[in-house]
Amino acid sequence: MTRTLFEKIWDAHVVAEEPGRPAVLYVDLHLVHEVTSPQAFAGLRARGLPVRSKERTVATMDHSISTLPRGPRGVGGKGALPVVDEAARVQLQTLVENCKEHGIELHDTESDAHGIVHVIGPELGLTQPGKTIVCGDSHTSTHGAFGALAFGIGTSEVEHVLASQCLLQRRPKTLEARFDGALRPGVTAKDLILALIARIGVGGATGHVIEYTGAAIRSLDMDGRMTVCNMSIEAGARAGMIAPDNVTFAYLEGRKHAPQGAAWNEAVARWRELRTDDGARFDRTVEIDASAIEPMITFGTNPGMGIPVTGAVPSPSDARDDVQRAALERALTYMGLAPGEPLLGRGIDVVFIGSCTNSRLTDLRAAADVMRDRKVAPGVRALVVPGSASVKREAEAEGLDEIFRAAGAEWREPGCSMCIAMNGDEIKAGQYAVSTSNRNFEGRQGRGGRTLLASPFTAAAAAVTGRITDPRALLGGEVR
Amino acid sequence: MKPFGTLTSTVVVLPVPDIDTDQIIPARFLKGTDKVGLSASLFADWRSNPDFPLLAPGAKEAQILLAGANFGCGSSREHAPWALVDWGFRAIIAPSFADIFKQNATKNGLLPIALGVEACDYIESAVRREPSAKVEVDLERERVGLPDGTSFSFSVDTFSRHCLLNGLDELGYILSFTDRITAHERRHGG
Repeated sequence: MTRTLFEKIWDAHVVAEEPGRPAVLYVDLHLVHEVTSPQAFAGLRARGLPVRSKERTVATMDHSISTLPRGPRGVGGKGALPVVDEAARVQLQTLVENCKEHGIELHDTESDAHGIVHVIGPELGLTQPGKTIVCGDSHTSTHGAFGALAFGIGTSEVEHVLASQCLLQRRPKTLEARFDGALRPGVTAKDLILALIARIGVGGATGHVIEYTGAAIRSLDMDGRMTVCNMSIEAGARAGMIAPDNVTFAYLEGRKHAPQGAAWNEAVARWRELRTDDGARFDRTVEIDASAIEPMITFGTNPGMGIPVTGAVPSPSDARDDVQRAALERALTYMGLAPGEPLLGRGIDVVFIGSCTNSRLTDLRAAADVMRDRKVAPGVRALVVPGSASVKREAEAEGLDEIFRAAGAEWREPGCSMCIAMNGDEIKAGQYAVSTSNRNFEGRQGRGGRTLLASPFTAAAAAVTGRITDPRALLGGEVR
Repeated sequence: MKPFGTLTSTVVVLPVPDIDTDQIIPARFLKGTDKVGLSASLFADWRSNPDFPLLAPGAKEAQILLAGANFGCGSSREHAPWALVDWGFRAIIAPSFADIFKQNATKNGLLPIALGVEACDYIESAVRREPSAKVEVDLERERVGLPDGTSFSFSVDTFSRHCLLNGLDELGYILSFTDRITAHERRHGG
């Protein structure tokens, strides 16, 4: 029987499935952070239950931490990271205590492996093909880039996994998103996924797991594949995944938690079977010509409201029904944009380069390619926030931090930062921010703030021109 | 969790599509460590608009929210259903729901009722005509009834319905498979 990649992983993890009941699905890796775990640990305590599998549980701090530069260096150590506020301090301390009580590995802000949960999982080699991976965070879909089945869960489910290492899940449908052809220079993984979400909408993949296929996906590096899978949830998908290949294996080999020696060869042989069989059927297929994708940017208040950066804001009068018309009118009012208006040349206030979508080394190199020997435009605030301590070290070893600093951008400590506006980094009401993050919802980056989602190239181009700009105009021959 | 029982209530109408969980409760209110008291932050930013339906007279008593399609999209934060439940809502009627929100809601005794667009429009019109109109939700029979005698059927998956009607949470069911979980771990080198 032929099976899809999703079906192979699902089938291998079903512990029980009774008639009329959801499947009991085994979880190989449970990632934990400070915001969505305190109530789960409290629930566990109230029931008097232990953590079933602490060796399959790894925690980090990312949402509620400051990414401001550290204070003066202490004796023999790093300088202290500023505290956001008392509530954040208590939340972080709660995670420390919960991890200590249950013996869970925690990468706090002093750890060399610290960072955004969806950046460090792959870096540590914890994320591997064929695994089921969950976290109380919707962008857990990121890990699907390695051919894992990875999805976000709520806090009740975090408690279930802590207690049982299992979850109740209804089998989702499958959607193939096939990108034939090659992305053109200056067009990135971010543009590819924004183009898909603009096509199918923010609810377009609800109830489905997306498998990304086609030549354009195969040609992406792991950082790009993570960007694509990361935003699967923005189309409503349960998860997004890409079959593992030599690019995946090369990324993982030698990482801390990756198999070593003979076990590595056995693992790779096993992982090579993790692909959709010829003739296996998806419930749906969406085909997109990658060579036709332009640098994308969003104009509205959900990630499906995206257009080519060279395009014009759509008109509500063209909407397909009254509901969509009203939604578009509401979005344009919030964004302060007029129907038919071109976005190119519109002034912006803030640029944010970071988040679990675009904070990896490849993303920072892309931003640096644009910002090298240029200055952040007067009146514009630009933040560059690496996704992890490891990304920060590697970027500094390449001198990327010097490029950003010389341009006048802020070079930060790792964390979620301005993607989520709960850690001191936020935009002000009415400001326009070109952001490499994943959500442009009303107020997402600060109450009343207006977010335009784009690639690191496009965000960096906006930083140095002070306007929405087609990054290809600035890239010349140096496009990677 | 309390058994769901029957529900007869007025309805708050918020017919906006794609209401994301950042609107239901903005991230700056996620720094707590418990589940209670979150209704103070429910739709915090939208409540600054004096015409916001949650501020209308009688809205505080309503236990049913009628919303647009794809309700609860975006972040997986369970704070969204916690805030809705803390406000007093027990059911959300919408043409469709985001996957994670739907799962989070049922685990907190909050019933997501997916009805067709025409049914939602009908209920909206009825409530706009008569804001004191009470709508009845019968989970046992999977039926929403209006004062004019109109009713619409909906479907909730059998396990969620069973848990809601009996006030059960899922963990007990999962833990009843502990032997098989252990066997799975043995097979896969856990």
